[in-house]
Amino acid sequence: MSNITNQSLSKILESIKSKKISSLELTQAYIKNIENAKKLNAFVTTTFDQALENAKKFDNKPNNEQLLSGVPLAVKDLFCTENIKTTAGSNILNNFVPSYESTVTKNLWNNGAFLLGKLNCDEFAMGSSNETSFFGNVINPIGDHLVPGGSSGGSSSALAADLTPATIGTDTGGSIRQPASFTGTVGLKPTYGLCSRWGIVAFASSLDQAGPMTKTVNDCSIMLEAMSGFDEKDSTSINKKKETYSKNLKDNIKGLKIGIPKEYRVDNMPKEIDELWEKGKKILKDLGAQLIDISLPHTKYALPTYYIVAPAEASSNLARYDGVRYGYRSQKGKDLIEMYENTRSEGFGDEVKRRILIGTYVLSSGYYDAYYLKAQKVRQLIKKDFDDSFTKVDAILTPSTPSSAFKIGEKTNDPVSMYLNDIFTVPVNLAGLPALSLPAGSDKKGYPLGLQLIGKALDEQKILNIGYAFEKNCGYKNEVKKWWS
Amino acid sequence: MSLDKEKIKHVAKLARISVDEAKVDSLTKDLNSIFKFIEQLNELNTDKVKPLTSILNQSLRSRKDEISDGKIREKILKNSPKKNEEFFVVPKVVE
Repeated sequence: MSNITNQSLSKILESIKSKKISSLELTQAYIKNIENAKKLNAFVTTTFDQALENAKKFDNKPNNEQLLSGVPLAVKDLFCTENIKTTAGSNILNNFVPSYESTVTKNLWNNGAFLLGKLNCDEFAMGSSNETSFFGNVINPIGDHLVPGGSSGGSSSALAADLTPATIGTDTGGSIRQPASFTGTVGLKPTYGLCSRWGIVAFASSLDQAGPMTKTVNDCSIMLEAMSGFDEKDSTSINKKKETYSKNLKDNIKGLKIGIPKEYRVDNMPKEIDELWEKGKKILKDLGAQLIDISLPHTKYALPTYYIVAPAEASSNLARYDGVRYGYRSQKGKDLIEMYENTRSEGFGDEVKRRILIGTYVLSSGYYDAYYLKAQKVRQLIKKDFDDSFTKVDAILTPSTPSSAFKIGEKTNDPVSMYLNDIFTVPVNLAGLPALSLPAGSDKKGYPLGLQLIGKALDEQKILNIGYAFEKNCGYKNEVKKWWS
Repeated sequence: MSLDKEKIKHVAKLARISVDEAKVDSLTKDLNSIFKFIEQLNELNTDKVKPLTSILNQSLRSRKDEISDGKIREKILKNSPKKNEEFFVVPKVVE
């Protein structure tokens, strides 16, 4: 089976179960792909030897009762992995080797998967194009001049290029859904609290959430099932019964009410995005769903709110990088304070520094009420918009992004234009809701575009079901030409 | 409002990040464009709105105050850029 790596995760799992392919053969096939795809710069670290050992171990004693039996997986380099370097895309963690494993990755390994490598990402997950990584930008397999989205850009690139059968990312303001949209893949940001944040390098703790990135909706439900669950070690983890998303996946969406928010039609939005949205509405309507016009009046304030809340939390979270306990330390400076200042100046990149400064400023004495408290109040209004709408609808359909993948370097000189990329994804993080980005079509250049389904808190099953029905009837399949090998 | 260079240097001092003099101008420009964007929020009257401090419908759990971990000094010191057997080592603080 030479083309095993372009199959979906669920097909691969079947092939392993039925012994059509061994875990070792599968792992070797991915390693070969990864070695041929160095141009994409998707990996920061590879763990081939360890992966081959694990594959052999599985083949000697296969346990096919697990969700992810015998499957190698690469994960975003924001998840701490025991004894494997974890960088968060930053120079300041360039030499950091955790002595512990993040809960989410541990869950994957406990379900039978093993690590293939660590994927590049924007520095501390701050970015929408994977251009802020200390390890260089990642290339979108769709075209050698295109960004893969961000911050989980290594994840989206590796997935679309068949370098991993599925992957995980983190989403603070769209960092799973936007790269999924840019690469024609499926990405889910779960409800805040569904997946443990323990052992994930922190960016903005009230917004950060890990989630799956996959080729199909079924794969997405398998991965979510494997990675989610209550964790004592995360104080905001939700204690609830574990769900079996993949077993419960249904494509009957007759009678479901789908909200269409008028505020998501923004100025200067390309016509193609509008047409894609129309196409999505028609597919769901033809499947028996009922479309309902809704209003989320504070949508335009979501991004400005986010750019207070997220930097404020980041400035606090990133205070820990002091060059003392772990990570990079500058050799310059005559005393402790200068050592701190030089370490942080040399260790952090420009975007991270910008956000730390914004955060420090909005939290500083005399400005707290005008900025941070104001943002917390607007966040309440944004959440209320969703609460009100969800009394009338089961889910909300919007575009995932206001454009397709843009060119490398196109937006790096203008931070605000970069931030505007997340205009449709950020409100969901502020409200703590789950949202699924689905490949839905392409623009006239042939670049993939995504649609987003937003659900009520903890209603992942419903948006997965709608996504599953949508996928079967959409008729769009993203074909990636392997120009790099 | 706009941020001037002195203010930015002060905030950088608070954040313990040294700022390269050559980069202060571009940083000032970037931060001002970001703050202009952020200040759209001033259009909204939020006098009667309660700030959102948690999106979860649950209060933080409490747990028993007992030791569940420990004796991992080596692991904790492992990644330190400078250490001796028992301590993190930093540049001299007291003369």
